[in-house]
Amino acid sequence: MKQTSEYTGPIIRVKDLVKKFGSFTAVDHISFEVNKGEIFGFLGANGAGKTTAIRMLCGLLEPTSGALQVAGFDGYHQREAIKRNIGYMSQKFSLYEDLTVYENFRLYAGIYGIPRQERIRKTDELLKKLNLEESRNKLVAGLPLGWKQKLAFSLALFHQPAVVFLDEPSGGVDPLTRRTFWDLIYEVAHQGITIFVTTHYMDEAEYCNRVAIMSEGKIVALDTPIALKEQYKTDSMDGVFLKIARNKE
Amino acid sequence: MRTILYLLQKEFIQVFRNKAMLPIIFIMPLVQMLVLVFAATMELKKVDITVVDLDLSETSTRLTSKFEASSFFHLTRAQLSPAETDQLLMKGTADVVVTFPSGFEQDLKRNDQASIQILVDAINGSAAELSNAYLQTVIGSYNMKIRAEMMGVPKFTPPQQVSVIPSYWYNPELNFKFYMAPGVLVILVTIIGLFLSSLNLVREKEMGTIEQLNVTPIKKYHFIIGKMMPFLIIALLDLTFGLLVAKLVFGLPFRGNILTLYVFTSLYLFLVMSLGLFVSAISDTQQQVLFVSFFFMIVFIIMSGLFTPVESMPLWAQNLDMINPVYYLIRIIRNVVLKGSGLFDMTRELLYLSLYGLTMFSLAVWRYRKTV
Repeated sequence: MKQTSEYTGPIIRVKDLVKKFGSFTAVDHISFEVNKGEIFGFLGANGAGKTTAIRMLCGLLEPTSGALQVAGFDGYHQREAIKRNIGYMSQKFSLYEDLTVYENFRLYAGIYGIPRQERIRKTDELLKKLNLEESRNKLVAGLPLGWKQKLAFSLALFHQPAVVFLDEPSGGVDPLTRRTFWDLIYEVAHQGITIFVTTHYMDEAEYCNRVAIMSEGKIVALDTPIALKEQYKTDSMDGVFLKIARNKE
Repeated sequence: MRTILYLLQKEFIQVFRNKAMLPIIFIMPLVQMLVLVFAATMELKKVDITVVDLDLSETSTRLTSKFEASSFFHLTRAQLSPAETDQLLMKGTADVVVTFPSGFEQDLKRNDQASIQILVDAINGSAAELSNAYLQTVIGSYNMKIRAEMMGVPKFTPPQQVSVIPSYWYNPELNFKFYMAPGVLVILVTIIGLFLSSLNLVREKEMGTIEQLNVTPIKKYHFIIGKMMPFLIIALLDLTFGLLVAKLVFGLPFRGNILTLYVFTSLYLFLVMSLGLFVSAISDTQQQVLFVSFFFMIVFIIMSGLFTPVESMPLWAQNLDMINPVYYLIRIIRNVVLKGSGLFDMTRELLYLSLYGLTMFSLAVWRYRKTV
């Protein structure tokens, strides 16, 4: 049963989306749209509600209210169809550390129903591209963090989803590894895959086509990095972020 | 459906890559069969009996030697005051103290009756009762004998007499090990099934790996079945291994059909694992799962009839056993192994375990949430 979407409108449509945990409102009426092939950044301090938002978009959390559509599927009733069309890389590394690199590929390819031949071909291709050929039969546990993240990213893309969600994908790695990681992201975006990425590194925000800045569950700014810098009269995203933070006080 | 094969492959690789697994699989059944079956015996042997003979007559000495002749008792003779006798029981040096008062023989000859004092430590009530009954039998037969001697040999043997010759079926030697071993096997498969599968699931929650699975279109029942199958197979393997040990070490007879046993054990494991996976579906940590599973397992085992007969429990407790999976399998496995009962002798149990298992499985699948 293949459920790929022939859908051509915005890949993600969110309108007045709310998530409450008891009396605490983690996401408070956010609205935005993300287009095909776009790199969309979701910025905010820790606890701003980024992870909660991304989890709703991935079908890991049920929204409290508001409208949500991913790849043309509804976020309330078609969560499994959404899952077929997205890739997700969580904040915390969540591949199997006690399986080898290859075994992880085999498992996820199997779950998405990718045929064997295709799986073998793609695995070889990806491992070559990531320079991980030698680690093919090594346990994931023994790999350096930077490699693990590249691996998790490639696995999130293995089934060619329409959109990939990256929740703070480059936390805890050195600037150089982060740079090469972003090269990968660009490459994927060029292939027409939409990237939705959360981060709290402001330099990463510069790499995005558009960014939304979240604070206390609300989106307080949404535009291209250039437009935002003009609007707040500063030359870096760091400056934008600080000004927004000060305006609140 | 192929998804499930990939999941099973993954689970098996992980299980056998875990270094603690092989020892658990092979050492646990060995220890349980070799230690538990021998240790968990209700047979009464070597009861410590102290005889305080204040009479030291021929009659008392002869009766004492009758006690001594029985393998049931381990006998000590002592000359003690009543206070010292109390001490003996208090300290637990003796389980039973028999006192012949001075003038015992004289009373017997003069008044045709005499008394003996028997004090039994009754902390373990059933053991105490059994000791006393055994003493009474020895004394009774001695009574008959001295009566005959004192009154002379009876002129004729009583013409009518009911003689009772019991024939013990299914376990003719009344070998307690044969009774215990199948029960201990149930504990074995329960531990493997219940704990390994439920801990395995909740570990994925702790490690965070479940999140990556939850964003895939994986079917919930595929996932749950993937968590069950490896441990079902391991548990059946352990059952076979345990039976073999029992056969080789103490010659446990196996009268039934091994397939019957596998069918029932699989149904049972399906049920117990569903229970365990239900618990892990509602828990977040291995610790929570362990506590809850342990609680249920202890209750299930104690009420199961493994150590004490279910029939002697109060009626409400017997009714409660309706929902006790361990109770069913212990009864079934004893019947299959010792009586040779087949599938069709236990259709009620078959049906019941299946329905119960399906219910719990549905609950576990339903309660496992792909959302956080």
